[in-house]
Amino acid sequence: MTENRVSYTLDSSLESVNMAEETSQQIAVKAGFDEDDCLKISMAVREATVNAVLHGNAYDPKKKIRVAFESTSRALVVTITDEGKGLDVNNIPDPLAPENLLKQSGRGIFLMRSFMDEVRIRLLDPGTEVTLVKNVSGSAANHKEASQ
Amino acid sequence: MSMKTSTRQVDGVTIVDLSGRITLGEGSVILRDTVRDLVTKGQKKILLNLGDVTYIDSSGIGELVSAFTTVRNQGGDLKLLNLTKKVHDLLQITKLYTVFDVKDDEATAISSFAK
Repeated sequence: MTENRVSYTLDSSLESVNMAEETSQQIAVKAGFDEDDCLKISMAVREATVNAVLHGNAYDPKKKIRVAFESTSRALVVTITDEGKGLDVNNIPDPLAPENLLKQSGRGIFLMRSFMDEVRIRLLDPGTEVTLVKNVSGSAANHKEASQ
Repeated sequence: MSMKTSTRQVDGVTIVDLSGRITLGEGSVILRDTVRDLVTKGQKKILLNLGDVTYIDSSGIGELVSAFTTVRNQGGDLKLLNLTKKVHDLLQITKLYTVFDVKDDEATAISSFAK
């Protein structure tokens, strides 16, 4: 099985969010995902990175985020880690609930779960690790076979 | 590409033509400031033309919701025009498509505002 791994340690800034989004788009294209899936992957990575920079590290210049990509014949796995106080995984409001529908925030994790096949959230000490998994199927699988 | 806006008046309705990305940071701030400025000036019939918006993230969605509630709370109305498929799909999965009054024809949208 061919594996490609790359990781970046980035400042807690909007530039890092944009960089992670653009890099995920490039890696998803290279992995053979179709246009729709590439957009979903890059949007999910953007949402996770925004959470890491904004809610996790709170733009603290002393804290870093880490974005790691692992591409195999089976899936693209992206792991985003921050050094913040940690997400309360047991208290994530449902943005589709009527009382939350008109709230300004709270849709990031929902969008990640909508766009990816698997989203895992793990508390660190300190920080939060979010793992996003998009399985290879259809056009991406054919692309991988053709390139091997 | 960052976001750009321009406004025009048609039959008492303020049409805001947006282009680019509505995302955390500049895009969201521009949208927020534009709508607040219009409401402050008493312009409360607002049509956001999203035809050239290429990308919206969750912060951008939140800003659209905030604009909607800001205008409504001032007794006005805010509607959306010309959604791209990407934006349409985002509003569908977040269940906001039924919250916003979404139009795909400018003339119909303008006439739908209360006189």
